[in-house]
Amino acid sequence: MKMGDSQAQQTVKTILDRFQNDRGLLVSILQDVQAEYNYLPREALEEVGQGLDIPLSQVFGVATFFKAFSLKPRGRHLINVCLGTACHVRGAVRVLEEIERELGIKPGETTGDLKYTLETVNCVGACALGPIVVVDGEYSGEMRTNKVRPVLESYD
Amino acid sequence: MVTLTIDGREIQAEEGKVILEVARENDIYIPSLCYHEEVTSYGACRLCLVEIASRGRKRLVTSCLYPVEEGLVVETSTPRVNSVRRMVMELLLARCPDSRVVQDLAHRLGVDKTDFELEEGNYKCVLCGLCTRVCEEIVGVSAISLGNRGVNRQVATPFYAFSEACIGCGSCAYVCPTGAISVKDVRDTRIITMPHVTMKFKLKRCRTCGGYWAPERQLEYVAKAAGLAADAFDKCPDCRD
Ligand code: SF4
Ligand code: FES
Ligand code: FES
Repeated sequence: MKMGDSQAQQTVKTILDRFQNDRGLLVSILQDVQAEYNYLPREALEEVGQGLDIPLSQVFGVATFFKAFSLKPRGRHLINVCLGTACHVRGAVRVLEEIERELGIKPGETTGDLKYTLETVNCVGACALGPIVVVDGEYSGEMRTNKVRPVLESYD
Repeated sequence: MVTLTIDGREIQAEEGKVILEVARENDIYIPSLCYHEEVTSYGACRLCLVEIASRGRKRLVTSCLYPVEEGLVVETSTPRVNSVRRMVMELLLARCPDSRVVQDLAHRLGVDKTDFELEEGNYKCVLCGLCTRVCEEIVGVSAISLGNRGVNRQVATPFYAFSEACIGCGSCAYVCPTGAISVKDVRDTRIITMPHVTMKFKLKRCRTCGGYWAPERQLEYVAKAAGLAADAFDKCPDCRD
């Protein structure tokens, strides 16, 4: 996503207004910025720093601290492969490898067309149905390598 | 004033000071890597652990953070302290096997090997946070910070790029206990090398002797902060009358 400076400025300003430029709410502000762009663009972080009068290094420190924040563009669909113990012993690794092969990316990465982002988690609390793959919050249980493609293809 | 005991010695100390500070003033050695009296204590390295007894209970505390109190009894090298400290030292040694400072300190504490896997790539940063604290509290620009977390924690400039806030003063390199940050002036350029980024600064040339003497950005920053004219630093300190 490429944007003009003024656009980032506007978007961030709207968010900052909502929080009355309260520096104590930096994390919530970053969450809203991420909700807006799907990730934290550099220009937006610079605007946040300026708007709250917080050094950019500190905004960067917070933005990189939490796993929920991403400094790189994220895909439209978030795939979470469970690698918890139960899913692991039921073959989650093979499922993950199949997804990696299908999409040509590793966990933490996003496909070039910005369609999918791949992540792993450790137990999503549905062990009996493992291996579990969660796409955009939707659970698919008892995953097999041959079910990977149909599941992926059901998203556009 | 409060009265406390460190290693059996009765000591008078000013209230509000921390154990480490008071121990140093009294020539009692406590190892440390992340403490500096000019900046806020941070408790990162855990080497300054001591055992205290207060209200009948013994426990380990970080002496760089624990304020002295009346009647406090401090032991700086009990078997328990030494064993925990050696473990911390082993971890630090595994993290920074190539740092002379860490090696020497380990040696001093009787640790000559570590059972942990060694970090590769001449990595010297112990994440003490002295550079970031000095940059924020003394220099006042916060050009660097500690980013990420857990095993990925690192000293970083924003986006690992040239930090616009940095004035090139080199205080980070000066305070870094392990030499993980270095500063070098090569003719008209200052080069600051950090674990994940290298930054270059143009040095200012003295109008009189022609020597390069300080980063332009730093001089601009100082002039502005002190309300001086832009040409206030046209001459180096040697050529000023
Ligand atoms: S670079 Fe040096 S001063 Fe900064 S955190 Fe690492 S060891 Fe400490
Ligand atoms: S291990 Fe996968 S849901 Fe529990
Ligand atoms: S000096 Fe106290 S934790 Fe480092």
